[in-house]
Amino acid sequence: MPLIENGRIGEDAWSFIPDGEPVPNDRPVIISFERWQADRASFDGRNAKLGVRLKSGTLAGAIAPDLDRFALVALEFPKFRDGRGFSTARELRERYGYTGEIRAVGHVIPDQYQFLVRTGFTSVEAPEGTNPESWANALSEITVAFQPSLDETEPLSLLRRKLGLAG
Amino acid sequence: MPSPDGTLHAITANRLRDGVVVFLAAGGAWVESFADAALLTKAEAEPALAAAKAQAEGDQFGVDVYAFEVERADGAAQPVKMRERIRALGPSVRLDLGKQAAA
Amino acid sequence: MNHIAPGARAGIYHYDAIDRRFVGERVEQFRKQVDRRLAGELTEEEFKPIRLMNGLYLQLHAYMLRIAVPYGVMSAVQLRKLAEIGRTYDKGYGHFTTRQNLQYNWIKLEDTPAILNALADVDMHALQTSGNCVRNVTTDQFVGAAKDEVVDGRVYAEILRQWTTLHPEFTYLPRKFKIAISGAASDRAAVRVHDVGLLARRNEAGEAGFTFYVGGGLGRSPFIGKLVREWVAEEDFVAYLEAILRVYNQYGRRDNIYKARIKILVHELGLEKFKAEVEEEFARLRGPKYRLDPAIVAEIRTHFAPPPFEDLPETSDALARAKAENPAFANWVAVNVAEHKAPGYAIATISLKPPGGIPGDATCDQMDLIADLAERYSFGELRVSHVQNIVLAHVKQDELFALWQQLDAAGLGTANAGLIGDIIACPGLDYCALANARSIPLAQALSARFADPVRQRTIGELGIKISGCINACGHHHVGAIGILGVDKKGTEFYQITVGGDPTLTTAIGDILGPSLTEEETVDAIEAIVEVYLAHRTEGERFLDTLARVGHGPFKERIYAAD
Repeated sequence: MPLIENGRIGEDAWSFIPDGEPVPNDRPVIISFERWQADRASFDGRNAKLGVRLKSGTLAGAIAPDLDRFALVALEFPKFRDGRGFSTARELRERYGYTGEIRAVGHVIPDQYQFLVRTGFTSVEAPEGTNPESWANALSEITVAFQPSLDETEPLSLLRRKLGLAG
Repeated sequence: MPSPDGTLHAITANRLRDGVVVFLAAGGAWVESFADAALLTKAEAEPALAAAKAQAEGDQFGVDVYAFEVERADGAAQPVKMRERIRALGPSVRLDLGKQAAA
Repeated sequence: MNHIAPGARAGIYHYDAIDRRFVGERVEQFRKQVDRRLAGELTEEEFKPIRLMNGLYLQLHAYMLRIAVPYGVMSAVQLRKLAEIGRTYDKGYGHFTTRQNLQYNWIKLEDTPAILNALADVDMHALQTSGNCVRNVTTDQFVGAAKDEVVDGRVYAEILRQWTTLHPEFTYLPRKFKIAISGAASDRAAVRVHDVGLLARRNEAGEAGFTFYVGGGLGRSPFIGKLVREWVAEEDFVAYLEAILRVYNQYGRRDNIYKARIKILVHELGLEKFKAEVEEEFARLRGPKYRLDPAIVAEIRTHFAPPPFEDLPETSDALARAKAENPAFANWVAVNVAEHKAPGYAIATISLKPPGGIPGDATCDQMDLIADLAERYSFGELRVSHVQNIVLAHVKQDELFALWQQLDAAGLGTANAGLIGDIIACPGLDYCALANARSIPLAQALSARFADPVRQRTIGELGIKISGCINACGHHHVGAIGILGVDKKGTEFYQITVGGDPTLTTAIGDILGPSLTEEETVDAIEAIVEVYLAHRTEGERFLDTLARVGHGPFKERIYAAD
């Protein structure tokens, strides 16, 4: 599936390994949170990067104690209207200080891309056949934001700001 | 009143580009007047609805495609439910507006 | 700062270049989204939330576009633009809503980018008037004018308007989210039936702060908002709301649309647990990043500086004379005019509820006239009230008679604000795709039945509120008399509740008995009024008498004959 990063389609170095299938040791893989919970000991001593995939009902606190084990956290959107992932990403960043990759997987649409970026996501798994232009446009259509974003440290007193130009 | 062979149905949608209420006519065209709508038996309505949905949604022509019940009273067909009567005519409180005004 | 568009000399937030740029970009974004939808790149399922967040619904006859009127306040220039849009793109009228907005009923999807563009010309938009996001923040329609005002709610409503605009985290909430602010001694904003209801107050040092009620709401399961925090200081205002919304976004139910509002979360989690979750988030968010800087509050307050009031005597001789000479005018003043905090001024309510009329509807010609009158008599500014009327907030008492004469000539002089004829009604099955029954015909029949102004005043304060389905857009739960339309095997029936109260003594009405037909309902309401008049003692309102005598006499009168 196409991977969107920085507004462009990029190479995906990661693969998701469904539960029950053997986990390769020589390349970056994403496993389910359930598998991690059931089988965490089996990943001791692993050298290749590990990522974990959270269903939308699994909140940031559940994975927080283990975050240092993961180079990637994938947050699942069962349908794009389910916006829990926005809070989960923000909690991972703000509350638990996670600095690895946060990826949106499942059903998300280009019209949400800017929100994803602003709440701390770094990449999006888009559906096959997606229009790359819509993703690219999504980051530049709106240049004004009314809230502080994740990568910004200015206080709220700058209530209205230009996206990407603040600083 | 359902006819002896069961209740009749008509198929409706809102046109995507302007929201106007449309009805499926015999032959598969969409028309704006309920009087021109095809009246179908239950057996006919199911496949017709599936085909109309596929066509209307596939062609970006209509949304909310569904079938509703129709009864015959004094020879004229009319929707059984108030909701569908209002859709076919216009607001009951503004007789100067909607399809009823054009009639 | 650019002050061109709104053209008011009072109480309007004036866009600056950044605001204007934002709204322009948003219009362009929607234009592209419409193109992508028409081209099939977006499915209807994907497009629907996008169009809803731009105020566009699909209703029975066409699309409906709901325009945001932030906290109900707008300028004459803006209202004139709304009239122009109604003529060009709709059918010559608009409907003012209980969320203090305006909606058009006959809109074409392909016209909406052009309409949003026209709105942007006067610093307006349709953002977040629908969808599962934070909706238009409402406040007291007398804000900035009421004699009993403590804190100007517009300032904080505007801060929230900005803060919630395209909030990246809270645009796909479990369900819609409604906030109301009241800054006066009497609550005219129904704060305790909102997802978040705020009472703006002052402490002993004179500093502004807020009492937070959370989890109120009407609809299928009505709840009265619960006190979550007695005092949130101004600088914590945004941080505390952010905490509430984050808890809601994470824990609110998404499995059942009828259980997705925050009221259900508060109810199921329990108040103490909910409070603890919010406090935990709040403690963390409270840092400098979310501190509401007094400088920004001061900057926004400048937009709402009092208009240049003249130095006038407390009372007006001209007004007294006109009242003495014209009883109909005197009646209108007694009913529709409220006290203003500036000497010699008054607050005038323009009723959009003529007997037999459609509550909240105004023709584009009426909008133009109201815009002219606002310019002439009220510093070019007006308000939409949550009971679907228009308010001119700063009228010289000396000029009330001239104002009334022009209103009356245009069918806008009805004297029924707060009385039985001042009915709230949702659009109901005549327009709405969700409704089960019609609301408007019943409102028309009732306002015609009680048209006599003398009789209305004799009856006194009594709100009738009508909803055409359980979603309760007509606020029937908090009507002193509430009416809910239901569908029984294809026939419209109406269920009567009594005892509802939207003010600080908030109460949800109780069902009086089995539902009735439309005709029976009108008779039943008249019977309720008669029973009340027969039982009331000196000075009692309907709610007081009801509380004292109970349902018994009312039930007996309506249902005993069966």
